[in-house]
Amino acid sequence: MSAGTRPPGADLPEHPDHLWREPDPKRSYDVVIVGGGGHGLATAHYLARAHGITNVAVLERGWLAGGNMARNTTIIRSNYLWDESAAVYEFALKLWEGLEAELDYPLLFSQRGVLNLAHSLQDVRDSVRRVEANRLGGIDAEWLDADGVREVCPIVDISPAARYPVLGGTYQPRAGIAKHDHVAWALARSADAAGVDLIQGCEVTGIDVRGGRVTGVRTTRGSIAAGRVALCAAGHTSVLAAMAGFELPLQSHPLQALVSELLEPVHPTVVMSNAVHVYVSQAHKGELVMGAGIDAYTAYTQRGAFHVVERQMAAALELFPVFARAHVLRTWGGIVDVTPDASPIVGRSPVAGLYLNCGWGTGGFKATPGAGAILAHTVAHDEPHPLARPFSLDRFTTGALVDEHGAAAVAH
Amino acid sequence: MPRQLPSSAHPFRLPTGGRIDRSRTLTFRFDGVAYTGHPGDTLASALLACGVRQVATSIKLGRARGVFGVGSEEPNALVRIEAPYAEAMVTATTVELCEGLVAFGLPGRGRLPDGPDPARYDAVYAHCDVLVVGAGPAGLAAALAAARTGARVVLADENGELGGSLLGRGAADDWGARARDELAGFPQTRVLRRTTVFGYYDDNYLLALERRTAHLGAAAPAHVSRERVWRIRAGRVVLATGAHERPIAFADNDRPGVMLASAARAYVHRFGVAPGRRAVVFTACDSGYPAALDLAAAGTEVAAIVDARPQAGLWAQRARDAGLPVRAGHAVTGTSGDPCLTSVAVRELRDGEPTGPVAVVDADTLLVSGGWNPTVHLFSQAGGTLRHDPARVAFVPRECRQAVEVVGSAAGAFTLAECVADGARAGARAANREATEADLGHVLAPPPDPDDIGGGAPPVPLWLVPGPDEPRTHFVDLQRDVTVADLRRATGAGLSGVEHLKRYTTAGTAHDQGRTSGVLTTGVAAHLLGVEVSALGTTTYRPPYTPVPFAALAGRDRGALHDPVRVTALHDQHLARDAVFENVGQWKRPWYYPLAGEDMAAAVARECRAAREGVAFMDASTLGKIDVQGADAGVFLDRLYTNMISTLKPGRIRYGVMCRADGMVLDDGTVLRTADDRFLVTTTTGNAAAVLDWMEEWLQTEWPQLRVHCASVTEQWATVALVGPRSRDVLSALAPQLPSSSDDFPFMAWRDTRVAGVAARVCRISFSGELAYEINVPPWYAPHVWEAIARAGAPYGITPYGTETMHVLRAEKGYPVVGQDTDGTVTPQDLGLGWAVSAKKRDFVGKRSHARADTARPDRKQLVALLPDDRHTLLPEGGQVVADAPLPAPPVPMLGHITSSYRSTALGRTFALALVRGGRERVGQRIYVPVGSVLVPVTVAEPVLYDPEGARRDG
Repeated sequence: MSAGTRPPGADLPEHPDHLWREPDPKRSYDVVIVGGGGHGLATAHYLARAHGITNVAVLERGWLAGGNMARNTTIIRSNYLWDESAAVYEFALKLWEGLEAELDYPLLFSQRGVLNLAHSLQDVRDSVRRVEANRLGGIDAEWLDADGVREVCPIVDISPAARYPVLGGTYQPRAGIAKHDHVAWALARSADAAGVDLIQGCEVTGIDVRGGRVTGVRTTRGSIAAGRVALCAAGHTSVLAAMAGFELPLQSHPLQALVSELLEPVHPTVVMSNAVHVYVSQAHKGELVMGAGIDAYTAYTQRGAFHVVERQMAAALELFPVFARAHVLRTWGGIVDVTPDASPIVGRSPVAGLYLNCGWGTGGFKATPGAGAILAHTVAHDEPHPLARPFSLDRFTTGALVDEHGAAAVAH
Repeated sequence: MPRQLPSSAHPFRLPTGGRIDRSRTLTFRFDGVAYTGHPGDTLASALLACGVRQVATSIKLGRARGVFGVGSEEPNALVRIEAPYAEAMVTATTVELCEGLVAFGLPGRGRLPDGPDPARYDAVYAHCDVLVVGAGPAGLAAALAAARTGARVVLADENGELGGSLLGRGAADDWGARARDELAGFPQTRVLRRTTVFGYYDDNYLLALERRTAHLGAAAPAHVSRERVWRIRAGRVVLATGAHERPIAFADNDRPGVMLASAARAYVHRFGVAPGRRAVVFTACDSGYPAALDLAAAGTEVAAIVDARPQAGLWAQRARDAGLPVRAGHAVTGTSGDPCLTSVAVRELRDGEPTGPVAVVDADTLLVSGGWNPTVHLFSQAGGTLRHDPARVAFVPRECRQAVEVVGSAAGAFTLAECVADGARAGARAANREATEADLGHVLAPPPDPDDIGGGAPPVPLWLVPGPDEPRTHFVDLQRDVTVADLRRATGAGLSGVEHLKRYTTAGTAHDQGRTSGVLTTGVAAHLLGVEVSALGTTTYRPPYTPVPFAALAGRDRGALHDPVRVTALHDQHLARDAVFENVGQWKRPWYYPLAGEDMAAAVARECRAAREGVAFMDASTLGKIDVQGADAGVFLDRLYTNMISTLKPGRIRYGVMCRADGMVLDDGTVLRTADDRFLVTTTTGNAAAVLDWMEEWLQTEWPQLRVHCASVTEQWATVALVGPRSRDVLSALAPQLPSSSDDFPFMAWRDTRVAGVAARVCRISFSGELAYEINVPPWYAPHVWEAIARAGAPYGITPYGTETMHVLRAEKGYPVVGQDTDGTVTPQDLGLGWAVSAKKRDFVGKRSHARADTARPDRKQLVALLPDDRHTLLPEGGQVVADAPLPAPPVPMLGHITSSYRSTALGRTFALALVRGGRERVGQRIYVPVGSVLVPVTVAEPVLYDPEGARRDG
């Protein structure tokens, strides 16, 4: 290293000197939010800041933002296929674009673009379809051919000799990544400062329902009365719903992710490939952040099987031969909560005053501010936010699905 | 012939000792400077021998850093390797020196090598009764005890030599050598050196990485894989993973020259290297003393042993007897140097606070021992829980649901005798669950232990030595540049859990995964928060234990082997006809067959004409084929298909659609009834495996009482589609026994016959609307039959055609392709296949969903044809459809999208298929497709554009 060069880690922003209090739970709140992950904290933030509702507790059975919020690959994009999904994620993306200023916290939100690669003729059709839908929907989207892909990300192997050659890709320039802990803590700090009680180590063990209306929750730290209860517990929302006497169509699967050691910058954007199953970015410090495939079995264990990681590495090297001598530094598992149509459930539940926010699957992080704002609106007005309407629980009865599995249809 | 080097080249090399080969000299370069070392050196030991103190700079603060440890616990000495192999970032302590090594120090961040990695990698499965991880004294004892019972044993150790802490230590090493020799004699025992067990998963499944060629340098044979992943399934696991020494946080504790005491000992014993000329030893346990004595014996002046404990016990006496000055109840409060260590500040320690005058001791080396952290990473990965043992000042294993035992210092045992006894008992017990206590007694005599002086003094918890200033240079994590000041900010911000503290400060997240910093972070944080260390606990240890190269995990699954290519029995025929191929799932399918000078459009137009006007043939072998057998096969298929299958007569064929439970189309295809209790189901190419999975899922989980068995027979048949008005003429010539009239061999029937002399099953099926046959033969006869068809068809101008032509032909007839014209949101009714949905059947998968309010809506997206006003405009597949021109501002309401779009020779125009909201109601209407900045006007039409009466089917 030549003299005078700044060390590579010198420019990362620090966290602030104060984050939150650690209060004991009160006997009663206007609103109890179950789950202190990104969505729960964002809901608390918007309840306080957008709706003036501050007599609120966020109950977290572990530590704040220690579940999927700490385990995702931090990709943010809004280039979803269906109007309903694109609308929600675009709403969230617009909030992301103002979030650092709103929260006065360095979120390392970096709009470095996302490439979704196409490897087959059907991928190309699906990609064009999505780009066209996005453009008409007002979302930035481009179709790039293979050379265009290489211009955006020079380390992608676009050789026609590849097993599944890159035929092109869609590109959303406004997409990107953010630093998950910063995001969660910024939301938590804001909620805490507004008077919301963030209560950690507090597991909900029962939900009190009287006359079809929720009256409170029972927890490992005592009973807490609440007129309104919002469930933000991802896959465990099924467990909570069962306490309230109804079922949710959720399946939870382990999903692994991993990081490499810190490396000099090589990867300027975010690349996703469904066919080869890779999604990878290089975070600010320099580590490659990569998601693996979903483990096939259902489980609440935050651990997956190793062959999934091995397969992931093979796929990564197909697209990025330059990664050969990067090292897997750390792997971990999260839980993806998947509904039958791979879209979330947001809105009212069969129990009055009990609100649902779950089933975000692999989309949870990118939705964080949007999900929080929509759920806060829904809780505050006891009426689904307009963007939440398509994501009601009753769509599984009516059949009005928002099927994001759709784009993953198979070849003839 | 070995060169004799001047001793000044290795100013810190001891005249004797170490397990290095002094008869040979290796040359290497570090940061552009040439040095030498010996076989047996690591890059770190060679650099230390040569007097190189600073190896790298730190990531955030850019501070000088030197070698701190001796193995994978090293936090500082990060290097990049350029030759004879390329490495982005490794620790100098784990790089075995080889001739011609070229390395560079790193500022905490690696650089990926340019260019392709020429090495190969592989993976091996191993199964054993007992897996022993770690070949120090406890591990060797465990492996020996297990091997002696005849058990299948795997012993893995990350070093190049077995022995661990015994290595280079005289009589103890001799014990190790005997153990190694004895182990080598057991045929059932596999010893894996340079092999790091890095992952411990469920059901005693462990992953290990063997580094096979790096130590050989340029002499590595090309055919040997560079690294190998071992996938080990073990009956029982004995973890003898040892312990890592812990640093202490004091001011400027990161200078080059500051080193773990155990590391300094290892450099003396294993490498014959003195860590410095004049050393201070700072210890909070007994371990600093033998290190000081060893260094003194090796000729390093020991200026002071600074023991934080007021009562230092027997060891202090020993040291004093040997003439070494001991300052009990003292602490090192800081260091000086520019940047390498030149002096150490020492003060008395009273109630944890430095007090009294500062003594400055000149030294170029400071050895630190804050105590020991059992290496419990794998145990934790296995699901094991830890407890804090205050007597040992260590987190030790508590319990685990898996069949694992932790022995030796990994379990908190710190004397050699304890480790060997512990290991031997565990090894014997792991091999023989019935072993009695008597069987287990004194399995192995331990080696002599010079460190065991019959009673030491207990360690004290010493995490940090406070100073007068903000502790900005009290490092807890050297690699991430995390200091006590950072932890103080974190606790001050309201954080009280280790996971939050880790994330706030990034402590423990670097290359070494907190091996030296983890417990220290907990200790310092507990101190700052005023809570017990046991209450705070550790962060979760996650796999891998040490970093594992992507390439090693990818193994052989790269390039052509990444996802095996599937080709049909007719692949050579296609190559011979210059086919251009399309990837369809794993298959290579001919896309089109260009003649010289033809582009794709011309080739496809020619192929289409042949099929519509003469005769053409294609390889349809990739369609999935499932043999469904059993007394309940008809019942089963009735439940899976939307239409009735059980009423099909043997000899006949029926088209069918399958839906998912949500009522959306899953797949379609034809079903042949081959006997009363047997059907042959065909699927789309890409869905062959998924449909078989689907069948098995229903059979195994929902309907186990049904007497049905399914088997894939996709590759047991090769299929040639013979298409066109002259196809009957061609087939008649080849299959004279086959009835030629439609009365005797009607549409949707099949017959067994001989084609070109080969037993064949011929179906009258058409995916083009033309008179057509599908000829199925065993795959090994397929080339013969294909060529026979080509010859027989030659008089009629027979033409091979590919998937593109197949698509044009089927789209002209409005036949949807699942996966292209459907996307998982399309019902059979949406596709116009309502006729294939039985109203009579009591139930089938998806039936209930078809009655749901939204699914039954009349204005769903429906498959229609689109005809561009301009007959030459080819609409883009994937293009969206809108109702009105001009376009309003976004978001623009969209009616649907184009699923298929082609130029049709038969129609003399372009056309498309599209899913359009309320499409059937819109037939005849003008709508629009935005293409770039242009709105292309199109007219909605019924999807069947060619031969809507079906007049051509029978020729």
